[in-house]
Amino acid sequence: MANKLIGEMGLHTKISNIFAARNIITAKDALSMPEFELMELIDVGMKETKSAVALISEATSPPCQSARSLLERKVENEHLSGHLPTHLKGLDETLCGGIPCGVLTELVGPPGIGKSQFCMKLALSASFPAAYGGLDGRVVYIDVESKFSSRRVIEMGLESFPEVFHLKGMAQEMAGRILVLRPTSLANFTESIQELKDSILQNQVKLLVIDSMTALLSGENKQGAQRQHQLGWHISFLKSLAEFSRIPIVVTNQVRSQNRDETSQYSFQATLKDGLQEHTKTYDSHLVAALGINWAHAVTIRLVLEAKSGQRIIKVAKSPMSPPLAFPFHITSAGISLLSDKGTELKGPGINTIHARGHSDMINFHGECS
Amino acid sequence: MEAWRLPLSSSIRGKLISAGYTSLSSISSVSSSDLARDANITEDEAFEILKLANQSSGSSSYNGSGSLINGAKNAWDMLHEEESLPRITTSCSDLDNILGGGISCRDVTEIGGVPGIGKTQIGIQLSVNVQIPREFGGLGGKAIYIDTEGSFMVERALQIAEACVEDMEEYTGYMHKHFKANQLQMKPKDILENIFYFRVCSYTEQIALVNHLDKFISENKDVKVVIVDSITFHFRQDFDDLVQRTRVLSEMALKFMKLAKKFSLAVVLLNQVTTKYTEGSFQLALALGDSWSHSCTNRVILYWNGDERYAYIDKSPSLPSASASYTVTSRGLRNSSSSSKRVKMM
Repeated sequence: MANKLIGEMGLHTKISNIFAARNIITAKDALSMPEFELMELIDVGMKETKSAVALISEATSPPCQSARSLLERKVENEHLSGHLPTHLKGLDETLCGGIPCGVLTELVGPPGIGKSQFCMKLALSASFPAAYGGLDGRVVYIDVESKFSSRRVIEMGLESFPEVFHLKGMAQEMAGRILVLRPTSLANFTESIQELKDSILQNQVKLLVIDSMTALLSGENKQGAQRQHQLGWHISFLKSLAEFSRIPIVVTNQVRSQNRDETSQYSFQATLKDGLQEHTKTYDSHLVAALGINWAHAVTIRLVLEAKSGQRIIKVAKSPMSPPLAFPFHITSAGISLLSDKGTELKGPGINTIHARGHSDMINFHGECS
Repeated sequence: MEAWRLPLSSSIRGKLISAGYTSLSSISSVSSSDLARDANITEDEAFEILKLANQSSGSSSYNGSGSLINGAKNAWDMLHEEESLPRITTSCSDLDNILGGGISCRDVTEIGGVPGIGKTQIGIQLSVNVQIPREFGGLGGKAIYIDTEGSFMVERALQIAEACVEDMEEYTGYMHKHFKANQLQMKPKDILENIFYFRVCSYTEQIALVNHLDKFISENKDVKVVIVDSITFHFRQDFDDLVQRTRVLSEMALKFMKLAKKFSLAVVLLNQVTTKYTEGSFQLALALGDSWSHSCTNRVILYWNGDERYAYIDKSPSLPSASASYTVTSRGLRNSSSSSKRVKMM
């Protein structure tokens, strides 16, 4: 929409020519500057400039829909009302059906907690036919750290969906639908996802998994602001990819330790003194999600996997339609399974902090790293 | 005032000045045909210039209301206007109290906070609450929801709409018992029907839409709230030239203010958070920079305080700085202190 050509908007020929002469070809060129500046540039009166801008704006504006038609379209078009079930009853209920389509879902947690296991299970269930709760389509699995194990995926399939997997040729077909990419650099990854954008619909790709986003960026040399800018481009691109193709995109993120000078307070909070203790200094974990606050704003659903006193917990840290519930889980040969479908509701700082206590002896399951 | 301050195209301005018309008084004292001949411009152009010059210098004729300057209003009249201004409830009475009754119409309010604090929740709650009919103390209006990040979950809007209708029906039931009251006609799907949703995918579309809103709202006069979720997203990543960005943003803020005043509606801009290095340490601040923070009339910051979500009035011309707690429940925004689930009706 931003690249719509001004020449095709039905403007008066005289103005149209002036725009072209000043190299203002697309709507983006015309609208990226304040009206006064535009008027100076094209040397035309204020009234004419305003009406030209009004016409360009009307042509470039996105269409309007009522929220009701949005809901109806979602229910009609998308299978399972636009969710990918995780087959974890408590989690699916909280998320109103499963991982939502059309938005970014993030899995963040300390190493070895089970993020890749979760992703592999999701990839498998997405490849299933609709009758078994799948999306009946291909899955693109971007495996940056070589954590994908087809042997493990088949094992998960055999254990959790025996009736499907034991049918002749099913295992081969399901596994055949999962396409694994191992990009060697960020540029490589960028190229691949750009290619993907064009071919998603034709190739029936129904899920995109990126494991992990952090590893892609940490390999680059750029620091600070440049890196944030790069990430910014990827954020916009992935979001628009998810929305445009209405598929769920699951991204895993790592954790890092919190710097001493990092804070979570506003300037007025120091003077406010609401009478509550300085809890920010007494947290027992120094871990935060990597990739920064900009990324945290961009993801729609954030699932935190953590370990507290030897128990693994998955919690819904950010979701516009669910309360912040935490579920205990463990990893079996069938993948991740919840120990209880009734989650405990979290409050305040407990929602966003990440714990890794009592975790180091749990890393290796079956000798395979998760 | 000088002639070069008039909003004219540069070539016409150049011709005026080279013909010797440097001040407004010199322009307004001459007729349009003389001006056209002297400055070598057409009669129509001269007429336009004279009109502009007269507007800018201000006529000294008295208006019916006794104002000295065109367009000025006296403070007493404004007080009456302000008091009768309707406000949109947030469904949380503590929050409404610190806001002076709710989100005020005719104003631009900026609400910012960390991810997950409830900005989108407030946005959806307001777009439902603006539709509460007048008999129940609401505005009976419609809502425009401009979504720049894809955070609008329509299932959640349905949930909140259903809770709102239930609360209204409960109130009607009470009224029925004690007074004669009409049956509630509104259904949750009707509420969704009155939320105009726009999905914006780039800053160009955002600017275009803001420009286009004037026409859209003229055709849909019932719209009483415009929510932008979030104002920041596209401007944060795609704009390279920060100086340009500031200028474009301030122009956008002015347009919003004009819309708010012209159509008497509330504009709510949701903003994200960034870290800033001030006074020797890192602190949280709302995004888009210092210049932007001047642009909005009211500013509310949502933050975590211990276990609870709080809202703080950071900037307002008439309200004192205060904070109040709120919670996000399955029925929408509610008070955190009260155990009752009822929405306080005005």
